[in-house]
Amino acid sequence: MTQFTLLDILRNLVFATQWTVILSLVSFIGGGLLGLGLLVLRIGGGRIFAPVVRVYVELFQGTPLLMQLFLAFFGLGLFGIDVPPWLAAAVALILWTAAFLTEIWRGCVEAVPKGQWEASASLGMSYVEQMRHVVLPQALKIAIPPTVGFSVQVVKGTALTSIIGFTELSKAGTVLSNATFQPFTVYGLVALIYFALCFPLSQAARHLERKMNVAHRH
Amino acid sequence: MSLIAIEGLRKSYGEHEVLKGIDLEVAKGEVVAVIGKSGSGKSTLLRCVNGLEAINGGSITVDGARLAGDEAHLRALRLKVGMIFQQFNLFPHKTAGQNVMLAQQVVKKTGKAAAEAMARRMLDRVGLGEKFGAYPDQLSGGQQQRVAIARALAMEPMALLCDEITSALDPELVGEVLQVVRGLAAEGMTLMMVTHEMAFARDVCSRVVFMHQGRVHEAGPPGEVFANPRTPELQSFLGRVA
Repeated sequence: MTQFTLLDILRNLVFATQWTVILSLVSFIGGGLLGLGLLVLRIGGGRIFAPVVRVYVELFQGTPLLMQLFLAFFGLGLFGIDVPPWLAAAVALILWTAAFLTEIWRGCVEAVPKGQWEASASLGMSYVEQMRHVVLPQALKIAIPPTVGFSVQVVKGTALTSIIGFTELSKAGTVLSNATFQPFTVYGLVALIYFALCFPLSQAARHLERKMNVAHRH
Repeated sequence: MSLIAIEGLRKSYGEHEVLKGIDLEVAKGEVVAVIGKSGSGKSTLLRCVNGLEAINGGSITVDGARLAGDEAHLRALRLKVGMIFQQFNLFPHKTAGQNVMLAQQVVKKTGKAAAEAMARRMLDRVGLGEKFGAYPDQLSGGQQQRVAIARALAMEPMALLCDEITSALDPELVGEVLQVVRGLAAEGMTLMMVTHEMAFARDVCSRVVFMHQGRVHEAGPPGEVFANPRTPELQSFLGRVA
């Protein structure tokens, strides 16, 4: 039987961490782009599209991410589509991230005072012009801290993809733990690596929040 | 012909009817003060004239064009009638100068240089030529309101609607804003203002309109309205604010 030194374990974990990072980035960027599209439909989509987006958001916020992963992985299989774990993981996480970001950003747009809409309307601006020049620039500033904060949830959410067989940090931890019979050491290291990824993000979110509150609102 | 003609204007919020048939004409160059208790519908009236509230009945005509609800008509109306708000509503992410420039560039497609020149002229006109680069939160309330006036003026409107523009100001800052409005009135700008500044209304306005329970209850030249209020409601209103 091969002996694993602590260094071996760590090397394998760090190697797997790259997949956690890549999956997090793909989910966050993909989810952000999709979320932006959904946001536009949610606040400007009128009576047809806005309710559709609302139902979408409710569904993804109201069910466990794990079920969404299972459905993406096994559900598409029912239709004869062979879904590799990485694809199911990416799709489910993108859809999940988009739902949350849409809702966070909707709140930010609505946090811009009504008077800003009225003043820009009274100057003759159209809806699109109001959004582009007056409302979104202000909403963006409000949105930065909670958005960065949510990225922590995305990183932690990737851990669930180990269950459908995507070999990221958690999955590597399970494999190593089975091979070394040192679950505490292995999972302790796994936790530390997650913390090393998330802590800077939550610190950044806090820093940005404080900066937004103190600095001039421009 | 009157610049602003309001006929049989009705506005409800759900079951509650706020405006119960308003008839009012404002001639070019006229300065009209709209007074009344809170809840009498005076702010709603002004907001209807600017198209910020959809109306339920009657008509509003500005410079011969009747107000309709679609975006093109609203845009045309708002280019003729500017509005100034109680809470200033400056864009906080833009400097005073950029606040005055933005709508010119976006709505009127004015070039940057021309928009900036106009912004400087308008800020000078309200006595804030020095504050071109200042952000709203670096300005006092009175200064912010004067920037808001400059912003509205830069669109070269035919009339200005002023919705309690001094009500959110500290008492010592009211004067500087009213001074600017007084100047506009003297230059012949058509003004329709909801105000609680009775002394100002008496001095500057050509007509005073007293609103009560969603109707024009009494109207006339300020000398008459303030000296000889005919209805008991106006008498009691003036008694309370005087």
